[in-house]
Amino acid sequence: MSSRPANILPGFGLSFGYASLYMSLLVLIPLAGLGLKTSNLSWDQFRNTITNPHVMAAYKLSFSAALAAALLNGVFGTVIAWTLVRYRFPGRKFFDAIIDLPFAMPTAVAGLTFGDLYGYVPLLARTADAQPWTFEIYGLYGLDVRDWCRVTVMLTFVGLPYVIRSIQPILQDWDMETEQAAMSLGAGPATIMRRLIAPEIWPAWISGVALAFARGVGEYGSIIFIASNIPGLSQIAPQLILDRIYDPIDPEKKIAAATAIAVVMLIVSLIVLLLLNGLDYLSRRHRA
Amino acid sequence: MNIWKPIAAAALAIPLLAASFAGAEIQLLNVSYDASRELYTEIDAAFADDYKAKTGTAVSVSQSHGGSAKQARAVVDGLKADIIAPALAHDITSIENAGLINAGWQSRLPYNSSPYTSTIIFLVRKGNPKGIKDWNDIVKPGVQALAPNPKTGGGSRWIFLAAWGYAASAPARDLASAEALNESLAAAKNATTFPAYDDAKAKEFVTALYKNIPILDTGARGSAVSFAQKNIGDVLITWENEAWLAQEEYGKDKFEIVYPSVSILAEPPVAIVDKNVDERSTRAAAEAFVNFLYTPKAQDIIAENYYRPRDPAIAKKHAEILPPIKLFTIDEVFGGWPKAQTAFFTDGAVFDQIYQAKK
Repeated sequence: MSSRPANILPGFGLSFGYASLYMSLLVLIPLAGLGLKTSNLSWDQFRNTITNPHVMAAYKLSFSAALAAALLNGVFGTVIAWTLVRYRFPGRKFFDAIIDLPFAMPTAVAGLTFGDLYGYVPLLARTADAQPWTFEIYGLYGLDVRDWCRVTVMLTFVGLPYVIRSIQPILQDWDMETEQAAMSLGAGPATIMRRLIAPEIWPAWISGVALAFARGVGEYGSIIFIASNIPGLSQIAPQLILDRIYDPIDPEKKIAAATAIAVVMLIVSLIVLLLLNGLDYLSRRHRA
Repeated sequence: MNIWKPIAAAALAIPLLAASFAGAEIQLLNVSYDASRELYTEIDAAFADDYKAKTGTAVSVSQSHGGSAKQARAVVDGLKADIIAPALAHDITSIENAGLINAGWQSRLPYNSSPYTSTIIFLVRKGNPKGIKDWNDIVKPGVQALAPNPKTGGGSRWIFLAAWGYAASAPARDLASAEALNESLAAAKNATTFPAYDDAKAKEFVTALYKNIPILDTGARGSAVSFAQKNIGDVLITWENEAWLAQEEYGKDKFEIVYPSVSILAEPPVAIVDKNVDERSTRAAAEAFVNFLYTPKAQDIIAENYYRPRDPAIAKKHAEILPPIKLFTIDEVFGGWPKAQTAFFTDGAVFDQIYQAKK
């Protein structure tokens, strides 16, 4: 724990008040509501809800596609950020500007566009084949291969800006003299990458990947246009939650079931985020 | 205790308050299902003229459309609807259970509070390349059908029941005549057992049908778009009016309408949301609206939008676009919505079993 420098500007009470009110209204109270709704279920009901095969399949699809998309962005986002910072080429400013497009574009529009645009790519086409082509791989077993690919591509688009925007400022502020010094001391490009640049961008990279992952897990608007929504095969968790909510027989209990599914999603996301941050922490300790 | 209600109500009150300053005219909100968009656009305009002529008061009706169950849920959560017109009666029951609509709503208006009926038919590609004439042609291997997910849609649940009733050889009648309708109502009243539920053949049939549906969109419109715009599937199973609309919109040279040998009588109901109209003092106008639906003028608009009007004279006038078809009713075959909902669509029920993951 480092000690905080004394604040030059007064107003801690006011700003802290605003911060906590804001957080409460927007995050804490809705989260508490989620817990409250879920607590309408007994432990057995909760367990049955979340271990239902369709729910498990939806989790598998949502989390695996979000993770795959985040990692894809981790690799190619780094390449893009590197290209934008290190090279000068015509249209660079333009490229730089459109990276934020996934932030601004309504996801429904993105979903429609992807569906139309990549409809002719065999793996991404939603040409209906009544016989699903399913994974035989443990962990993804039983999910539809094509739907998984479509969802992953869509989530890659949605999460595109996060990694780039996380590591870009670090690459920009990078002191080239360090590299030159390293080179003069006989370090090759691989060593410079591994010993100098990678450790520097690693924390930002982790947080970019984590953000892209979290964004992907919750994505709904674009996915409904490209996933086939077949229970147990190609239904993402948010779609399944809607299925649960709209069952009109016992709405209150249904909502409890839906929030139970959401609570598990939150917990798993939290664990993944903690693991990623833990990774970052370990690497810092390792270096120190 | 429902903490969402006040939050939702507050969120919705702001635009409504703003709207109430807009003028002295009465504002009604009609919350309906996905496929009734075009119908109510016309009806609302006709009603506004009619009401103005009769009472001198200006009224404007706003519409909200979406998946039927979702819409009902929005009203329960505080959407200040004056009128609710979902795809099936059960969605109104869920609003009634929330205390917003008085019990006995279904007998307040003629014909079970359904001013029109509809049914489920097929739309196929021009020339009908897969030769789809009836329900049993859809379960054949190699046929791809499109229909929405019964969990989220209203029409999609009618589709499921229509297929089930067909496979269970449910007793069907041409319900256009008054005698047939009365006969069907009497049969429904007297029915005590519902053998259709235990029909193993029907379960097998419906399972085979859904295995041929590669994409379950969330609503009827979604399926229509996948079928007509994205060229997916050989047959679209949908509302009669949706099939006609799609054919009209995308061209007769592209699609053909197929009437199956039997289908289900779908009765989309309409009701006034008592609590909301009393709160907003719009009861008179809301009542005028729902009664207007039964007038010859509205019945004519209904038929022009490919729904089946209740008025026999008007039905006859439009017989060309609404040909006679043998129909069975949910009351006679399945004993009403709550039973059907529990047996087929709740978690772990028949619909979920169709998609039981292979171990």
